[in-house]
Amino acid sequence: MKTLLDLFFIFARIGGFTFGGGYAMLPIIQKEIVEKRHWATESEILDYYAIGQCTPGIIAINTSTFIGYKKKGILGAIFATLGMVTPSLIIITTIAIFFKHFQEYQIVQHALGGIRVVVVALITSTIIKMWKKSVKNWIGILFFIISFILISLTSISPVIIIIIFGMTGNFINLNKRIDEK
Amino acid sequence: MMYLLLFVEFFKIGLFSIGGGLATFPFLQDLAQRYDWMTAHDLLDMIAISESTPGPIGINTATFVGYQCGGILGGIIATLGIISPSIIIIVLVAHYYMKFSEQTIVRSTLDGIRPAVVGLIGAAGFEVAKVSLLNINKFLQSNNFFELFNFKSILLFIIMLYLIFKYKKHPILYIIASGIIGIILKY
Repeated sequence: MKTLLDLFFIFARIGGFTFGGGYAMLPIIQKEIVEKRHWATESEILDYYAIGQCTPGIIAINTSTFIGYKKKGILGAIFATLGMVTPSLIIITTIAIFFKHFQEYQIVQHALGGIRVVVVALITSTIIKMWKKSVKNWIGILFFIISFILISLTSISPVIIIIIFGMTGNFINLNKRIDEK
Repeated sequence: MMYLLLFVEFFKIGLFSIGGGLATFPFLQDLAQRYDWMTAHDLLDMIAISESTPGPIGINTATFVGYQCGGILGGIIATLGIISPSIIIIVLVAHYYMKFSEQTIVRSTLDGIRPAVVGLIGAAGFEVAKVSLLNINKFLQSNNFFELFNFKSILLFIIMLYLIFKYKKHPILYIIASGIIGIILKY
């Protein structure tokens, strides 16, 4: 029961401080799940994120469900996911009741202006850590660059990109692994 | 009955939107057309608020639309509706992932995916960087190269990046600090 409550509150903390899309939650996940509690490795988080991207539903939710399931089975998945959505429920309901013009307040815009900058800094540090764990050779560097360029410059869906790189990686690595044997 | 309808509609959105919070928008627009829960204009306002509050954007909009339609309980039910397919599907996928992730064929697939996903996250970060560190519109209007850079933001970015690497504190701390700095220095 303690682990379930832990899952709930850790993900409530993550949900309460994620500004932006699913990627914005990764620095906090890395701190709470990988560094502090060792519940998953950096590579596993990347796998969950990739799978969360290619399966139906919101990526942030899919990733939380995955981590919760890994830690404590189906109940863990449910507690982590409910934790993730609780701050949204409280904050959005409060805004809907009291501050219909929330985003027009100057103070909110200034705070968000500062937060957007730090999100870029946090993501940069996360990418550096994940790079060290997952980009191990020149093929990895090539995959990173191609995927970055495709996402930035074309409108190809990330889902397609993940599937293509999965297949290519499978082809290249499988040959290498068989050679090594 | 209305609550059941809300649950089913948001369950469908959770089931059919693949690839992030933005993927839910076309479905929400469709909802706005089919029901009198909100106008298309209301929806744009709700999305704007959902983008400027913490939490996944898809969840924030679901809560908002649900509230608009059925009050506090409506917000909760819409949110439960949108996350239910995720829980079911991911539990199934996770079960097989745990079982097969050590197999050579799965491992080599994931080895190929990981660098690409880092690239994907990098591209997402770059998009935010373009908005928060650069003034692309201002630059296009004036063609003055120095106008391109938002020096105030770049300075904060460099300081924060330095502090993140030096002190390795909890990300939430840096987020709160930057929010306060943003308010004080009018970012």
